Amino acid sequence: MSAKSFKGGIHPNYSKVFTAGLPIKSARLPEKVIIPLQQHIGAPCDPLVEEGQSVKRGQKIAASESFVSAPIHASISGTVASISSHYAPTGTRINSVVIESDGSDALDESVQPSGKTLEDLSAQEIIEIIREAGIVGMGGAAFPAHVKLSPPEGKEIDTVIINGAECEPYLTADHRIMLEEPEKVVTGLKAFMKALGASTGIIGIEDNKPDALESMREAIKSERGLSVFPLPTKYPQGAEKMLIEVITGRQVPSGGLPLDVGVVNHNVGTSASVARAIEEGLPLVERVITVTGRGVLEPSNLKVRVGTPFADIVEQCGGVIGDVGKVVAGGPMMGIAQPNLDVPVVKGTSGILILKAEDVELVDPGPCIKCARCVEACPINLMPLFLGTAGEKRAIDQAEEYNALDCIECGCCSYECPAARPLTQWIKAAKAEIMARNKKQG
Amino acid sequence: MENKLVITPSPHIRTPETTKAIMMDVLIALFPVVVVAVLLFGYQALVTMVVAVLAAMITEAVVLRKKDLISDGSAAVTGLLLAMTLPATVPWWMPAIGSVVAIILGKQMFGGLGNNAFNPALVGRAVLVVSWATHMAGDVWPVPKPFSPFADVVTAATPLEKEGAELLEVPLMDMFLGNIGGSLGETSALALLIGGFWLFFRGHIDWRVPGCFFATVFLMGAIFGGGIYENLVLTGVFHLLAGGVMIGALFMATDMVTSPVTGLGKVIFGVGCGLITMIIRLWGNYPEGVMFAILLMNAVTPIIDRFTVPRKFGEVKE
Repeated sequence: MSAKSFKGGIHPNYSKVFTAGLPIKSARLPEKVIIPLQQHIGAPCDPLVEEGQSVKRGQKIAASESFVSAPIHASISGTVASISSHYAPTGTRINSVVIESDGSDALDESVQPSGKTLEDLSAQEIIEIIREAGIVGMGGAAFPAHVKLSPPEGKEIDTVIINGAECEPYLTADHRIMLEEPEKVVTGLKAFMKALGASTGIIGIEDNKPDALESMREAIKSERGLSVFPLPTKYPQGAEKMLIEVITGRQVPSGGLPLDVGVVNHNVGTSASVARAIEEGLPLVERVITVTGRGVLEPSNLKVRVGTPFADIVEQCGGVIGDVGKVVAGGPMMGIAQPNLDVPVVKGTSGILILKAEDVELVDPGPCIKCARCVEACPINLMPLFLGTAGEKRAIDQAEEYNALDCIECGCCSYECPAARPLTQWIKAAKAEIMARNKKQG
Repeated sequence: MENKLVITPSPHIRTPETTKAIMMDVLIALFPVVVVAVLLFGYQALVTMVVAVLAAMITEAVVLRKKDLISDGSAAVTGLLLAMTLPATVPWWMPAIGSVVAIILGKQMFGGLGNNAFNPALVGRAVLVVSWATHMAGDVWPVPKPFSPFADVVTAATPLEKEGAELLEVPLMDMFLGNIGGSLGETSALALLIGGFWLFFRGHIDWRVPGCFFATVFLMGAIFGGGIYENLVLTGVFHLLAGGVMIGALFMATDMVTSPVTGLGKVIFGVGCGLITMIIRLWGNYPEGVMFAILLMNAVTPIIDRFTVPRKFGEVKE
């Protein structure tokens, strides 16, 4: 019933049963938020507020002149306690605005609907609204959404794809959004299509979510040019190259972007945020995350304010059970392990995964026995075993020759390796070195 | 709690598969072959296998200065595979020497598991063949005597022995079941195929290597085999069932470490093994060519991998 799948990939235990059936709940108002001034790929923002200043929800508190950047807004009302460096879930310290709540959650005056319907808005106006709302890709990469809507001259975009694959194990936030706010997803998709002048809009959903497929089909019933596409369930189906290939049959060229094949894709959550920005004027100050794993008492899908510390959220989910081994921001395949629960949720945080100590195995990597499971699993058709060894030995030229730069870091090779070799890690390290060297050489 | 959190790079989940589990699966796959060998060749078969396995495990433990005899299980696999390539009548010290050579020269000299260029069991066998040619069956092989505790001391020619250019016509069903002369583990195609299917369904071997190996042997046998049997197809089947093709294609050529990792590479490897085997059988001086075929193809495996790098996703054609 679903389309032909992509080459490679893996079938991990999806572990979505913890939260797939749980409606989205609103988290309680945090007493304090830590809002990093760079939550996106691109230029960091400069603060527009000072310590001690009062701010209201939705007020712009940081911005940048750069095009590839996204402004940042206060997610609660209160007082700016400090502007200081804090750890973000990306593992780096980032200059952040810390706001202490005044408990009123007052909305800023700037938060006003545009007054126009989608039909009346021009493409340029839509892009401007999205940019001003600080919307970034909410699937994890956090690329500023308006940049993808501004293709360079001469690039025709005919198709917009909404990514509802949610192929990361454990995560169910996108699934719930498609069930509970399908009309928002559709509105966002139509806004993207209008901004790009695209005639086709497709919502791709893995076929392990039949209720989401049904919900979205119902929501687009009376819409022209929109369709729902059931995707074969396989990780990393939600990676944009795989998503676009399975849906359109087009291969994004090596080193290229989706727009090179006439496609722009956005995540379900991003699409719903765009709808909120257009209809209510609300910038991106809250998002849905999945709090899950065997290490948390009450796994949940929660709507949380950007900047809420993980500890605050975990406490609302009943706290942790027993010995916690690992806390991951995001899903288990591409998420980032955290040193503690002090880090805040940012725009790109799709979930908080809490693994019990007994489920976290630390094994020393063994020698590669060339079983080729990584070669079969690589969706990009690379040879991770040779790439990994090159990365381990820091043989940069060799890594480049084996196309390290094409790696999408999905983690399939590391997952499959019977010798527990951290192939993805070594390849990432090699990529970073290659890029640094290329930059130096101009 | 904070102090105990583990920080490792993604992914944070992994397959339950381990190197040791794969090696254990290979041993399980060899179980039917072991049973048939003992049934056919009696307790001498058992002695040969036990000595080979123990010698391999002890050698590896000594070389690596490890107290754990089993370790990742690869030494036991090497020892057992070596035993399978020996005739039941070999003196007990030969499997021991073979295993020591296989582990030291075939494997640890290269840097241990994963780094060896040649299949260690075949390296061990090759050394035994050139060193003690008479023990390693010059012209005659022990004849199986099913359900007898001792291998029959009477020996006879195996199906592949050449008498001039004539090959013996042996009932193919005997060859399929293993009721023929030969090494411990090579005679019963049935037992080897059961093991091969086990490895295939466990995902440890790819169909390409044995498939292309078999296909090449069958075609070459049928076309150039000279029609020992009433028709070409049966002659092709004879070449599949005779000698070491079954054990070689299913258990030796599929050795992950010493065979290519790419799909196309596996096809080339399988075809190459089949071609060299048949060239030696049909036109060479040795009656059997499987061992040399696999060792030669092992030697070119890195080159095959180098030249069969698959086209990456989205590669722009120049």
